[in-house]
Amino acid sequence: MSSKFYDGQLGFLALVNAVVIVASLFLVGPKFVGLYSMQSMATQVSELGLLALGVMLAMAAGRGGIDLSGIALANLSGVIAFNLAPQFATATDAPMLYCWVFAAISIVVGILGGAINGTLVGYAGLTPIIATLGTQMLFTGVAVGLTGGSALRLGYIPPLDDFANLPVMGVPISFALFLGIAFALAIVLRYTKYGMRLFLLGSNDVAARYAGIPVRRMYFITYTIAGMLASVAGIIIAARTSSVKWDYGTSYVMVAILIAVMAGVRPEGGYGRVICVVISACALQLMSSLFNFMHLSNFFRDCAWGLLLLLFLAASKVDLSMYLRFRTPVRPGRA
Amino acid sequence: MTDTTFGTASRDRENRFTQAIEWLARNPIAFPVLLICLVCLVVGAINPSFWQVANLFDILRASVVRGLFALGVLTVLAAGGLEVSFASIAALVMYSVTKFVVNYAPDLGILPILVMGAAGGTLCGMLNGMLVNWLKAPALIVTIGTQYAFRGIVLTFIGTSLFMNIPVSMDAFGQVNLMTITNSSEFEVKLPAYVLILVVAACVTWVILNRTLIGRAIYAVGGKPEIAERLGFRVPRVQLFVFSFAGMLAGIAGILHVSANRLANPFDLAGSELAVIAAVVLGGARITGGAGTVGGTMLGVLLITLVNNVLVLVGIPSTWQTAILGGFILFAGLFFTLTEKK
Repeated sequence: MSSKFYDGQLGFLALVNAVVIVASLFLVGPKFVGLYSMQSMATQVSELGLLALGVMLAMAAGRGGIDLSGIALANLSGVIAFNLAPQFATATDAPMLYCWVFAAISIVVGILGGAINGTLVGYAGLTPIIATLGTQMLFTGVAVGLTGGSALRLGYIPPLDDFANLPVMGVPISFALFLGIAFALAIVLRYTKYGMRLFLLGSNDVAARYAGIPVRRMYFITYTIAGMLASVAGIIIAARTSSVKWDYGTSYVMVAILIAVMAGVRPEGGYGRVICVVISACALQLMSSLFNFMHLSNFFRDCAWGLLLLLFLAASKVDLSMYLRFRTPVRPGRA
Repeated sequence: MTDTTFGTASRDRENRFTQAIEWLARNPIAFPVLLICLVCLVVGAINPSFWQVANLFDILRASVVRGLFALGVLTVLAAGGLEVSFASIAALVMYSVTKFVVNYAPDLGILPILVMGAAGGTLCGMLNGMLVNWLKAPALIVTIGTQYAFRGIVLTFIGTSLFMNIPVSMDAFGQVNLMTITNSSEFEVKLPAYVLILVVAACVTWVILNRTLIGRAIYAVGGKPEIAERLGFRVPRVQLFVFSFAGMLAGIAGILHVSANRLANPFDLAGSELAVIAAVVLGGARITGGAGTVGGTMLGVLLITLVNNVLVLVGIPSTWQTAILGGFILFAGLFFTLTEKK
């Protein structure tokens, strides 16, 4: 393997995955790695993974970057699409058209929501924390207001349901979409001017400005992409649960950050790899499913996630590379 | 001639406008004051039943727990960090202390219980402070981690069921009133004595921030940590102090919450984080640290509670509260960022 692709973090994350799978074989038995359970994990990991990619982009852009509004925007885009889509197509007469309209509206909402974040951070100069905290409340609030606080049932719409639940050659479509998006993002970050500028910007925003990088536009684009990713997650959530509601996945804000930190994304900015985020999301989903199989409570899971986040923050401070060559020195500009 | 006069007039107006903006930038406390007046006038004009002492009592009572949280967040924010684990600390402390007292010392007075709450909160806060120092990661991310850990610990290991047989002393403490009045619909409205705890806490925080060396150190560390370090301030110690202080206030708030509601529910308080942070930000504290006043924060808390309590009076359904709060945060954030640049 060329050293450009492989680094310690990647190996470490693969190891975590392997350890969880082996542990689950002992604790749960072979049904854990059965096709059905793997497929259901794959659909769930897509939602989390997309949100975590958004967090990664925001963190990589630096200046205390973080996107706290991801899941709120995902839910809002589902809610708005639910309300607007019947204007263009009815689910019973033209289910396929309905689904495309639903998806299109969601993504437009995601891009708009992301653009609000991007404008606030990039052009108005708000701290990302305060901007995305405010929009998180705004998006959640609008979703609560529109739904009156209750879940809206989509009902059984075959194409939408298939999108989340029907595997094509063993792979759920939503999971394939997630991998496709991740791959595209990885290519963009590694081989385009945007990608190079993003990591430079995250490493040192003052230097980036003097180097002629359009800093404001960079923030704008980055948060807009994060918003779009969130809306795709929103579509998957709507498809998987056949409903939209404002408070789906309240812990996802934290879980998305956990995935990013586990993947070695530096909260200070300037470093992050898409493939690590994908593998880290898989590891988290495996653990989460393992807890489910073992009938551990959600509360225990929340507790474990909190401790895990602290553990990985600690792990990123300890330099083991001298002993194990686990982590290669951090270099900016790696996607 | 006409043209020139017109030109001067508009320039005058522009000057006055810039002056007003500059004045507001120097006195961020005016921001929540203006918003509070605006909300009161609008709500009062639409629904005159707003103008009652009973409403004021309600707002004060509802501000206590949020106010204590906000003072903690302010202190941490002034030192340059953002803390979001306070509600989990309060839930952990209130539930474990109440459960402990009910089971092992049901006759304990309110003072030892408050001390236990404060001590428990301080311990949790110290843990936060040590982790922030040690992990060298943004305080927000560290406290998101501890937020879930604390919450998970109380729900996994201590209990999930609410109980109403809280200790007698706590129950009695929640029922002590400073004043009782009868409102227009013949309903007795009380001003509970525990409001005083918020007043005391606000005064103590003010003294710490404005009249002590540690207060100077907090603002210095929040403003420019590298320079503060060179000036001889011990940054880790300051961090440890602010997180412990915030934890202590959260612990006390938890105990008050149980006394006021006469039941201990480990699921309570979760989800109140954003409103508290909103209050502190509306009060003029900068999210990047080094600024923020106790007065502004208290006004921010009043504003948030006001919005939460009175929107129903003007026919805005409570489901839109979160959206309005979000709008307020963005408005405040925009306002303070834009005035800072000038």
